[in-house]
Amino acid sequence: MNNGLTVDQILVQAVALTLLYATPYLFAALGEVFVQRSGVLNLGVEGMMLMGAFSAVYAVSQGAHPLIGLGVAMGVGAAFGAAMAFVNVTLQAEQGISGIGFTLFGLGLSTLLFKLLSGGVIVADGLDPINIPVLSDLPVVGRILFQQNILTYAAFALVPISMWVLNKTVWGLNIRAVGQNPAAADAMGVNVVRVRYSTCILGGVLAGVAGASLSIALTNIFQENMTEGRGFIAVALVYFGGWSPLRVMFGALLFSIANNLQIWVQILDVRIGGAPIPPNLLVMVPYVLTIAVLIFARQRRRLEPAALTKAFRRGEN
Amino acid sequence: MKLTRLIIIVAALLMSVAAVNAQAPFRVAIVMPSSTTDLAWSQSIFDALVSIQTEMGGEGMMEIAFTEGMFDVTAAAQALRDYAESGYDLVIAHGTQYGTSLFELAPDYPETAFAWGTATDTGTDAGLTNIFAYEAAAEQGGYINGVMAGLLTESGVIGIVGPVAAGDALLYINGFLQGVAASNADANVIVAYTGSFGDTAAAAEVAQTQVAAGADVLTGSAQQVVGAIDVVEAEGGLWFGTQSDQSLNWAETVVASQVYDWTGILSDMIAKVQAGELGGTAYNLTLENEGLTFAFGEVEIPADVTAAAEAAVAEIIAGDIEVLQALPEVTPEPS
Repeated sequence: MNNGLTVDQILVQAVALTLLYATPYLFAALGEVFVQRSGVLNLGVEGMMLMGAFSAVYAVSQGAHPLIGLGVAMGVGAAFGAAMAFVNVTLQAEQGISGIGFTLFGLGLSTLLFKLLSGGVIVADGLDPINIPVLSDLPVVGRILFQQNILTYAAFALVPISMWVLNKTVWGLNIRAVGQNPAAADAMGVNVVRVRYSTCILGGVLAGVAGASLSIALTNIFQENMTEGRGFIAVALVYFGGWSPLRVMFGALLFSIANNLQIWVQILDVRIGGAPIPPNLLVMVPYVLTIAVLIFARQRRRLEPAALTKAFRRGEN
Repeated sequence: MKLTRLIIIVAALLMSVAAVNAQAPFRVAIVMPSSTTDLAWSQSIFDALVSIQTEMGGEGMMEIAFTEGMFDVTAAAQALRDYAESGYDLVIAHGTQYGTSLFELAPDYPETAFAWGTATDTGTDAGLTNIFAYEAAAEQGGYINGVMAGLLTESGVIGIVGPVAAGDALLYINGFLQGVAASNADANVIVAYTGSFGDTAAAAEVAQTQVAAGADVLTGSAQQVVGAIDVVEAEGGLWFGTQSDQSLNWAETVVASQVYDWTGILSDMIAKVQAGELGGTAYNLTLENEGLTFAFGEVEIPADVTAAAEAAVAEIIAGDIEVLQALPEVTPEPS
């Protein structure tokens, strides 16, 4: 049984959907790359995504243009990023613990606001896919590359931009220096605190966009806890990709395509020896795959920032 | 002075006697896995409780306490015990997964009536007398939705967005499959599960993948489906809902929703508790007892589709069609 679709057609659809559903992971993980490359671990991505998802869709449901909604999500994300920088950099809290605190805070606050401000599921007209004229009619690549959501284009454009910023700009150099050896960077006149604040705020903004991509691009709704652990997957993807934006993108793509293909396996009722494969096993595949790659690709850790999770105190490092 | 004081004391005494005589409100507490506004499982029973409360005369006559979002069974068990401890007349555990905890705590509170669902076991075999059980014959409404879906599909492909292949979701899906088979034997029904009850984005991805596979009519179950309905609307497809009326936000996409109307069985349960009967009855929502009803959106339904659905309802009620809860295992045809 193949629903009249050829394998080619299925693959085109699978890849197109993979790019779309990789969008939130990509935004959140790229933000986390910046944060971690500067030596800060942000485990609060999940909570920031939830706040971004809620604030974007709420703004849109109140009549704002979806791009304004996106801006609101970025603002809320920036505020959370700044708060996290204050806790982790200024107050020098234990980063693993404070991150979980921010996740729980974001979950609680987004749920509370959702209950207070809406009577139920929020539905709003979000960002529609953009069909690029002419190009979107091309066979194969037209569907895959030129009929996507604006946020999907932005997410993938952000990959080379992130690489350029991290590797070719002064700010990127400062980020890497602060993440590897903050004492040396400090001695060279780099303001460690300011650099870390900037990356935390950027990480918050991108987590907010990641959340908004769930609530006003992939779907046009908000439900409490709608991120369902995607923020933590994003953090795992940063380790998976060895702190390189390009490899993080490959990680996000691998995770998403594994997920989309397991849906196709269910839809096409693929059987092994006549017996259907239990769906519970199939939905585990992307997660198991991610863990397996994390275990077997340890050499990729070479970019790991030496000062990751370590607070900087002048004169003590 | 003295006379005034005497009058006040007498009046106060009279009022206190009156207060004792006035009927204390019936107190119901419910613990549920998702929110009261999930457009699905939890909302269906919460709406029923509120409508009974209104019918009984408001909060003065019936008090409703609820704890929502209890995906965590241990936390749910704690909430159930707290409600029993606080002297609620009827404590409802709205989830199959709470059963074990409920059976443990029910003997400790013999004066409290408990209810749980989806379930058929009232604990009578275990010597318990204070538990009601309830379930919904989701397969019956699933069958009716399936009959309509089979007639409405133009592409011949129908998608089902499942949560986890268990419980009332599986009953619904199995009924739906039988309904489609009855009305359109050639239709190709594609099923995929998200592995979650609440992951709206996962439901959206499954629905979108099914649309990409050619599906033009879809259905699904659990509170995650709002994500799927949203995608189906964007793609111009049709949706069949279950548990609650899902047409409110997507009136032009949701053809019909099977609605669980718990008011009948809850009213009966409350009447029994007030009469001193604290359990022992297993209820089932069916088409026949009107616990399963249908809500419609603004999708124009052709007359022959409505007629086929109505005929199927009549046949199920008359017993001419028996909708199976589990499908017989079929050996796949060699392809």
